[in-house]
Amino acid sequence: MSLLELDGVKVHFPVRKGLLFNRTVGHVYAVDGISLKVEAGQTYGLVGESGCGKTTLGRAVLRLVDVTDGSVVLDGTDVAKLPEKELRTFRRRLQMVFQDPLGSLNPRQNIESILSEGMAAHGIGADQDERRERIRDILAKVGLPSNALSRYPHEFSGGQRQRIGIARALVLEPDLIICDEPVSALDVSIQAQVINLLEELQESMGLTYLVIAHDLAVVRHISDVIGVMYLGSLVEEAPSDALYEEPLHPYTRALMSAVPVPDPEVEDRRERILLHGDLPSPANPPSGCRFHTRCPWAQPKCAEERPELTDAGGGHKVACHFTGEIKAGTLRRAGEPEPSAAPEPSAPAKTVPPQAPAPEAETPEAEASEGSSGEGKPGAKAPGAKASGEK
Amino acid sequence: MSLLTVDELTVTFGGRGRKDVRAVNGVSFSVDQGQIVGLVGESGCGKSVTSLALMGLLPSKGVTLGGRAELDGTDLLSLRPSKMRDLRGREMAMIFQDPLSSLNPVIPIGVQVTEILQRHRGMKGEAARKEAAHLLDRVGIPDPDRRLKEFPHQLSGGMRQRALIAMAVACAPRLLIADEPTTALDVTIQAQILDLLKELVDQEGTALLMITHDLGVVAGLCDQVNVLYAGKVVESAGRRELFAHPTHPYTHGLLGSIPRLDAPRGEPLHPIRGSINDQIAWADGCAFAPRCDRYEMECLTGTPELTEPRAAGHRARCANPVLATTEVPA
Ligand SMILES: Nc1ncnc2c1ncn2[C@@H]1O[C@H](COP(=O)(O)OP(=O)(O)OP(=O)(O)O)[C@@H](O)[C@H]1O
Ligand SMILES: Nc1ncnc2c1ncn2[C@@H]1O[C@H](COP(=O)(O)OP(=O)(O)O)[C@@H](O)[C@H]1O
Ligand code: SF4
Ligand code: SF4
Ligand SMILES: [Mg+2]
Ligand SMILES: [Mg+2]
Repeated sequence: MSLLELDGVKVHFPVRKGLLFNRTVGHVYAVDGISLKVEAGQTYGLVGESGCGKTTLGRAVLRLVDVTDGSVVLDGTDVAKLPEKELRTFRRRLQMVFQDPLGSLNPRQNIESILSEGMAAHGIGADQDERRERIRDILAKVGLPSNALSRYPHEFSGGQRQRIGIARALVLEPDLIICDEPVSALDVSIQAQVINLLEELQESMGLTYLVIAHDLAVVRHISDVIGVMYLGSLVEEAPSDALYEEPLHPYTRALMSAVPVPDPEVEDRRERILLHGDLPSPANPPSGCRFHTRCPWAQPKCAEERPELTDAGGGHKVACHFTGEIKAGTLRRAGEPEPSAAPEPSAPAKTVPPQAPAPEAETPEAEASEGSSGEGKPGAKAPGAKASGEK
Repeated sequence: MSLLTVDELTVTFGGRGRKDVRAVNGVSFSVDQGQIVGLVGESGCGKSVTSLALMGLLPSKGVTLGGRAELDGTDLLSLRPSKMRDLRGREMAMIFQDPLSSLNPVIPIGVQVTEILQRHRGMKGEAARKEAAHLLDRVGIPDPDRRLKEFPHQLSGGMRQRALIAMAVACAPRLLIADEPTTALDVTIQAQILDLLKELVDQEGTALLMITHDLGVVAGLCDQVNVLYAGKVVESAGRRELFAHPTHPYTHGLLGSIPRLDAPRGEPLHPIRGSINDQIAWADGCAFAPRCDRYEMECLTGTPELTEPRAAGHRARCANPVLATTEVPA
């Protein structure tokens, strides 16, 4: 049995109008039928763009929002149906780490008070001395000095505040930690510290994470399994490596081709699948496949029938009517050039297809004297338009 | 000669009993016509203040500017406010991170665009409206005639950023400064906006100063890259050279910190220790020293100079630069 099992979870927010906001005129389909499993000791990464329902799903697991339909089962207990009183004690087993470390910490409480509050509420530790001991232990684990106890949140840097947020979750010895955008408010050099910390803690304490983030590179780095969300539902789910090696859903492929890689060689050669238009509103989701308004492969059927998430082999699940055809290359996307003489790779969605020839290796001297220019982008710029960048 | 030349720019905030803050501490770089130059660094390193100084958008009270900044020979730092206003919008324009706060919320998009056309290009009435619609179309906004009548909040984030770009390019400026133009956007929308900026540079020969914290964006876009740390350029090179041979320990560390989509899973990240708060004054030595793995006594004997320790045109401000290729993070 998995530690956490979601089955058909829906969270629909009523849209109210009228003088007293008493008339329901529609719904925001924030989460619209999600089933997934998180295994103990593993990391499940949930990725998707702004507004696709990631945070709402996390809040539904914690039952900070009511679940409209479906079940959320943690270790055999359905959180969605737990009576209010039992829920309060049960909450200890589910903890959340938030995106904005400062906003989620009370500025007037010192660190000891912030960390011991939950412990006292859940009866952890016989007295404050015992709790302080435990807090010291956890602070050391998350890399904060023990003199942090008497200090206040504003005295810490962003990265340190996130460590405090992680410590606050850890002192309660939860079964599952939900991290909602745990590093997106941090500078890159600090992001890496926090990512490494989460990984080390998982290793040493056997933690289970549900990580919610918009950054696919971060999610791929820390997750065992990745679920890709679009407008309230999962469009693809696969082990992290399989998803990267062969993304099957058109949305995942577009997302992957849009993530910048800090390497010019990769950037110049990658195939981009540019999506047109914006995310539709979850209050008025498109019919059929929710992605059909932006999907470069969309067919008439896509607007009519909603594809189910189905196993395409090896636990790689996809919700698309044309997975097979797209994979085989028999269905071409709008605007895609005819196949050239070069054989089409069977997995055309590789982030770095061998499409454009690799630009000739440049010596640093040549690079410097040229200043730059549209290397690798044949005919990208009129040569005359650019003068030397060097004085 | 370069279109924009910035030489030892300093910006100091202070006055009224507050301790002086030197946000920009001797920044030099140049941008040529048709070139995309990146200014990259973490929060607080002085990117935005640099761009505001160039645009003449810093308050005159409590701000002291030093050094030189010239746009095609015109001194930007000593320009009279009225002259600056004239230059802004016509010769140089700026795109900000948050398009909502740079648009007037109570005025329709169309009026905001035509105002610019009127002020700088003397266009009026139907001609201005037509040109405004053409501009929205140019930046990829579908149904421009309808959009012109709408208010900023009726547009999505990506649309708003397009509208802002339309306003910025309305007078075909020679220099475009973009301060984190895609940071607030989703990656698929970011890809669209970066594509648009690239196209504008390619087709119009505009010079683009791209300010970002994202080395991935820089890798795909910029011709020349300047890495900032604590108000100074610490490394500067052509984009291929910079990413292939990061020479300053800070740049090197940044590249080792970023999880790469294409890296094999399980490959560890190599963070830089400490945080931006752990810095010493440049006057006392290298500001990065408290976080640096390659620190030596020498690093504290005055400010390290920008030199070319590896290759001509590849500058680094470091007493003990990373030179062996084997040290480059995979
Ligand atoms: N309490 C609420 N009432 C009404 N609508 C809501 C409520 N909470 C969230 N929504 C809507 O539900 C959708 C999903 O929101 P959610 O915050 O889960 O997205 P997200 O994927 O976490 O996005 P982000 O990446 O921006 O954090 C959005 O359209 C949001 O506006
Ligand atoms: N108006 C101001 N008064 C005082 N300090 C400022 C002001 N604006 C910016 N700073 C400081 O200048 C430094 C650089 O800021 P900024 O250029 O905004 O950084 P970024 O590189 O993130 O864009 C920061 O330390 C910031 O706190
Ligand atoms: S079902 Fe149709 S619209 Fe949806 S992802 Fe597949 S091809 Fe695209
Ligand atoms: S000067 Fe010294 S401390 Fe500064 S970056 Fe170079 S090696 Fe590190
Ligand atoms: Mg969210
Ligand atoms: Mg800034």
